[in-house]
Amino acid sequence: MINAIIEAFQFTFMRNALAAGLLVSIACGIIGTYVVVNRIVFISGGIAHAAYGGIGLGYFLGINPIFGAIGFSLLSALGMGAVQRKTKERADTIIGVMWAIGMALGIILIDRSAGYKADLMSYLFGSILSVPGSDLVLMAILDFSIIVLVSLFYKELQAISFDETFTTLQNVPVNALYLLLLAMIAVTVVMMMRVVGLIMVIALLTIPAAISGMHVHSLKSMMILSTLLGMVFTLIGLWLSYSWNLTSGATIILISGIGYLISLLIQSWRASRDKRTWQMPKVNS
Amino acid sequence: MKEKPIIHMENLWAGYGQDPILENINLDIYSQDFVGLIGPNGGGKTTLIKVILGLLEPSRGKVEIMGMPVRQGREAVGYVPQLVEFDRAFPISVYEVVRMGLLGKRKLLNPFLPVDRDKIFQALDLVNLKHLVDQPIGELSGGQRQRVYIARALVAEPKILLLDEPTASIDPQTSTSIYELLRDLNQQVTILLISHDMSAITSYVKTIGCLNHQLAYHAQKEISPDMLEIGYQCPVDLIAHGLPHRVLPAHPHEEHIHD
Repeated sequence: MINAIIEAFQFTFMRNALAAGLLVSIACGIIGTYVVVNRIVFISGGIAHAAYGGIGLGYFLGINPIFGAIGFSLLSALGMGAVQRKTKERADTIIGVMWAIGMALGIILIDRSAGYKADLMSYLFGSILSVPGSDLVLMAILDFSIIVLVSLFYKELQAISFDETFTTLQNVPVNALYLLLLAMIAVTVVMMMRVVGLIMVIALLTIPAAISGMHVHSLKSMMILSTLLGMVFTLIGLWLSYSWNLTSGATIILISGIGYLISLLIQSWRASRDKRTWQMPKVNS
Repeated sequence: MKEKPIIHMENLWAGYGQDPILENINLDIYSQDFVGLIGPNGGGKTTLIKVILGLLEPSRGKVEIMGMPVRQGREAVGYVPQLVEFDRAFPISVYEVVRMGLLGKRKLLNPFLPVDRDKIFQALDLVNLKHLVDQPIGELSGGQRQRVYIARALVAEPKILLLDEPTASIDPQTSTSIYELLRDLNQQVTILLISHDMSAITSYVKTIGCLNHQLAYHAQKEISPDMLEIGYQCPVDLIAHGLPHRVLPAHPHEEHIHD
């Protein structure tokens, strides 16, 4: 086993995959925590799928599709954010429409593009085993930016997530900060697309944070635990997909899903144990 | 005559869409007041709070806090929202919730100072919750959570506390303790309290008003006949709670009541 691992890491693509998994887990753990506590999973899904329009645009214009995806996901994040904040009702409908339009646009643009489109599937289903070195640099820069921004605005973002009205009354620029959060979700989603593909982005964004939320009670520890869990899931998934020749994205998501189930079991076991101790008669009372 | 009011409303109209919800509201609240506004649901209590907090622009008229427009003046208001069901799993401690009250005092990107920590502990001490400082807010009872929100409102040393239905979803004993706490706090801070549950508030507030689209408020403790007219549902609620002798005025106006 150890030898097999050492052997695997002789390959550049495996080292890149490992680095990509670790880098993405950082953004994913921090941003996924906000997505879960703010209950904006749906918006995040919309951003991820609308980003496909940007990939199509990238192919159409002959530029790196990742830049198209970043541009598109940022635009759709701001658009969906504005819709969600302006129209209190039916925001989910409009977000769903934008989600679908983004994807459709991507498909049409790709239809109209000339040339070789073999790695198109890698955006849909991810391919951690083919992450180029340049993407790693981009991921590191995005991670760094997210860490800096979140540490600068940690208290404000926490306050907005917990009680937006009260935070508004403190004359905190709530709208600007909320859009900043959505923009960070957008770039995180694009990074993750490389690893698990846009269809499964939501799972990797939310599962580690959801598990952490069951076991720790502060935003900061949730972020740290989610990051660590994300790393564990991607590494196990990566290893299994390498050794059994499975689709990497799907393997990572399945491992995360199993982790989630185990966490649920632990939680319900803990709850029933707590209830048993309630019923224990107190000896000295 | 009297000093400048903390909250000043003049010929204020507000609402959504076609129909005004608040009609020609005039209200002055002065330092050390403890005002209870009662009124039926749908009578504009929430709208009035939104106007005071600058969350809703009035369609006509004027509202000022400390002589300033509400968006600046609201920094002098300690707002205690109605206790609603919330995400109990939300990862935030009592300390962090109270700290939210200091966000307005601090410019973006500036760190919190050790003195802020002292203020947070003082505010928690005022509501007797210092021992729960590190608890996740989701593990507190309704009454404790209400006290945390009061501490959050107090921590920035507001001129006025504005409470929206402070006892709407908590049991009577806890309500009593909340009102007693407010009465103690009133020695330092002005309080405006809005509720549909008048039987409790009448025993604690200094002056009472009735809001049902229009406002009847005379800076008095008693319910006057025009209040009965405006807030028809208030006296019904009142009498049903068996307290008419406490708040009905002694002077003869009874013919108005039976109009």
